[in-house]
Amino acid sequence: MITTVLEGVGSGVLGASEETGHFVFLIRSTFQWIFRGKIEWRQTLIQMARIGVESLPVTAMTSFFTGMVLALQTGASSKHFFNVPLFVGTVVSFSIVMELGPVMTAIVVAGRAGAAIAAELGTMKVTEQIDALYTLGTDPVRYLVIPRLLAFLVVLPLLTVISDFTGIVGGLFVARVKYDIPTTVYWHDIVDNMEIRHFVHGFLKTFIFAFVVSMVSSYKGVTTRGGAEGVGKSTTQAVVMSMVLVLVLDYFATALLNALGIT
Amino acid sequence: MIESVGVVKSFGPRTILRGIDLKVEDGETLVIIGGSGCGKSTFLKCVIGLHSPDSGKLTVDGLEVAKLKTDEEIADYRRRFGYLFQEGALFDSMTVAENITFGLRYLSKESPSNYRKIATDCLALVGLKDIEDFKPSELSGGMKKRVALARAIAAKPKYILYDEPTTGLDPIMSDVINDLILDLQKKLKVTSIVVTHDMKSAYKVATRIAMFYEGRAIQVGTPDEIKNTKDAHVRQFIEGLSVGPIKMKLKEFDVDDSHEAAAPAAGQETR
Repeated sequence: MITTVLEGVGSGVLGASEETGHFVFLIRSTFQWIFRGKIEWRQTLIQMARIGVESLPVTAMTSFFTGMVLALQTGASSKHFFNVPLFVGTVVSFSIVMELGPVMTAIVVAGRAGAAIAAELGTMKVTEQIDALYTLGTDPVRYLVIPRLLAFLVVLPLLTVISDFTGIVGGLFVARVKYDIPTTVYWHDIVDNMEIRHFVHGFLKTFIFAFVVSMVSSYKGVTTRGGAEGVGKSTTQAVVMSMVLVLVLDYFATALLNALGIT
Repeated sequence: MIESVGVVKSFGPRTILRGIDLKVEDGETLVIIGGSGCGKSTFLKCVIGLHSPDSGKLTVDGLEVAKLKTDEEIADYRRRFGYLFQEGALFDSMTVAENITFGLRYLSKESPSNYRKIATDCLALVGLKDIEDFKPSELSGGMKKRVALARAIAAKPKYILYDEPTTGLDPIMSDVINDLILDLQKKLKVTSIVVTHDMKSAYKVATRIAMFYEGRAIQVGTPDEIKNTKDAHVRQFIEGLSVGPIKMKLKEFDVDDSHEAAAPAAGQETR
């Protein structure tokens, strides 16, 4: 009984170590190709268009409603304590720009584009298309992984900026309609309290999230085993792992940026 | 010339190749036969460098793939090969012409302005025309195999490796593929390794046949030598008998000699 448990634990630890090793190896290989300047620019542009265009509507809508609900809750709380809706613009903008914008956008893009990457690369793996790339003189990391990573590093920050804006506009909509706060008051709330470093704080995080989501999705895709079931499993794992890592790394990134005074 | 001396390859605890000794002479077509899981495809992938042998020596024209370091060396090595995958492995997102010429960017110095003509010429060599702009999803199984073969020959390789070229095709299309293998052999003067279960195909295209069993090449000979072999393992395989020294395992129940009706099924392990 004890032996079986120990064997199970040992096998789990070995499996996790092996997977981590492979993931680190993929990251190393990715950077090696990038530093050698071997970048497939055409593929990168295609991926940028695909990730950006496909994710924009859903990220914009998500952040618009997030801004709306933030304004609704802030207005309701401040009315409860002070009888007037105070600092709605400030709370909405700080929450969106520093935290919710980058995190929500990364999570939505992980669910949308990350899943698509894992499924596409997973299908290529199980149908031997990735092996075919090798035989045709192309390294799959160079042709498949790097364009997706670079596309994410460009597109996710842009999507986050758009999400920040739509979230703030969503808050404005509720502030105007529900609490009758004048537009100028709402914007003054934001402009008077927010500084560029607050925006930088959220913006810098998006690069970390872009790296994590694209690498995890690509890794899960290129290591897919089995047939259709394997592709489904990899896709689910890619999305879940990306989302968990975004939330975990958000804490550490925030702590680091605070320590650096970017807060 | 391709030469394998004592090549061993394992995946985790499972040893697939247990010391392959084999030589493929220039200009010949070596057919590798054997049950599922005996290491035929793994050997093919070791030859082209998709897998690295754990031990032993595998050389192609004196070059050892495991020792290639620079991009140029690896590209020069890959340039020698065309590889036909079992299911074709065509890129879904590309047209037929793009699929065929994909490797030229990396493996040849051809100008992109010639790519269209090369695609058309390669398609003609495999008996197809006017499908350059089709997507793989618009093609039948046999057409996909032939397009994949056109892709394999586009960079004018010295060696063509065929991984089960007739699997999943009807008997007529299988024979068309066999004819194509022979035809390309004559026209392009290539050296070929064909992995197959299909004995009719093996006898038709082979200069020599190698039988793999439990990760070893247990017999190598001409088609006539294989047909007349006394080796019980080879006899059982070429005659397709469930009774014999090769035990097929179906889930947890071994098929022993008394289960004469049991036939090999996809995914079974040869033990």
